[in-house]
Amino acid sequence: MSRWNPVRAALCLSAAALCAPVHAVDFSVRVDNLTNGIYFTPLLVAAHSEGSRLFAAGEAASPSLQAMAEGGDISGLAGDLAAISATVVENPAGGLLAPAQNTTAALNTDGTDNVRLSVVAMMLPTNDGFIGLNAVEIPTAAGTYVWNVSAYDAGTEANDEVVNGGGAPGVAGIPAAPGGSGSGASGAAPSDSNTTVHIHRGALGDTDATGGVSDLDARVHRWLNPVARITVTVN
Amino acid sequence: MSTYEISVTNLTNAQPLSPPVVMLHDGDYRIFTLGQPAGAGLEVLAEGGDAQPLLDEALAADSVSQAVAFDAPIPPGAQAQVSVTISDNARADLRVSVATMLVNTNDAFTALNGLPEVGVLAPGQMLEASTPAYDAGTEADDEAPGSIPGPADGGEGFNAARDDDADRVAMHSGVLTAMDALPTSVLTEQHRFDNPVARIQVRRVN
Repeated sequence: MSRWNPVRAALCLSAAALCAPVHAVDFSVRVDNLTNGIYFTPLLVAAHSEGSRLFAAGEAASPSLQAMAEGGDISGLAGDLAAISATVVENPAGGLLAPAQNTTAALNTDGTDNVRLSVVAMMLPTNDGFIGLNAVEIPTAAGTYVWNVSAYDAGTEANDEVVNGGGAPGVAGIPAAPGGSGSGASGAAPSDSNTTVHIHRGALGDTDATGGVSDLDARVHRWLNPVARITVTVN
Repeated sequence: MSTYEISVTNLTNAQPLSPPVVMLHDGDYRIFTLGQPAGAGLEVLAEGGDAQPLLDEALAADSVSQAVAFDAPIPPGAQAQVSVTISDNARADLRVSVATMLVNTNDAFTALNGLPEVGVLAPGQMLEASTPAYDAGTEADDEAPGSIPGPADGGEGFNAARDDDADRVAMHSGVLTAMDALPTSVLTEQHRFDNPVARIQVRRVN
């Protein structure tokens, strides 16, 4: 047990606070898809050390983050996390997490200094949109803690909203639209103005299933933040 | 004396933030109240990105111990900071507020409206907040040519007329743009945004 610091404890009660006690914990991470028509690709749930992170808003995406955001491939990030002895659960949903569905991962950080939690997954159908819980402090007191999670844009690919199977890093287009989409779009956008990781400006879409600028349906594939809810239960 | 560093990160795709105003104050000051009309200084900031009138108002308020403006806009993806020093007896109920315009809009701004608990920070400790876009409610959101001061248009900033609008501060409903529902808009789909639009960190230096 570490010392009980009243000032730090007070700050930890605020959702806006950053603070850094170190404890081993046994906890679960539930991810709820809050969107109307967006699927999450295989989730990566990781507890890792203070000072490490998978991405930072305002900084360029790493190649591993880009591969996740553009194609749903979490193997690069999982390798990066293994290299820093993180506690990782890959793909707890066993595939896609559909709208209104949830999944839960169990983690135990006993014997580690993995005090921060990150959760990422690509959003389909988008070009390089992803959900990101970014290195939040893992609570140490038994209880239930909730974070609302925003959609980020990796900044690495134009949001052309053309569903063409393009999922490899640097390849234009959206790899798949699990719930269906239009076709024949001319392209909704050139490259992002902000090529660092940033809050996603949202899907544009249109209502033309066989043409228009976007293969996405503006009535189905738009969202507003938050797009996911993450519930940590400390046992 | 205690020094605080306030840093602002622009989380948007294509909305430069005007030079932010930062106020360190007690519980009697606030930049705005949701549902109530914007003050004159906030109106000027939200319509034109000019920090000076809101800064002057803050500096004249008894409840504000110090206020400063950043010296430059913050582009999308960029981070900038200022340092503010106050007397130790101003730390008792210390709060931090920040306001800055999303310049490719008619009158959208983002703000931290009295972050509490700053006074209990020890040197080296930090608080962080993510802030949403607000609508000052002082100018119609017509996205019309000549009405938006940012690089998307280069139009007029502040106009004293509170035209065609609610005259109350609300959460911003987002921009329409020419590619969506408003063909006459000078904005493109790049200018759309979702919350949060900025991340603000307050760190006590000493």
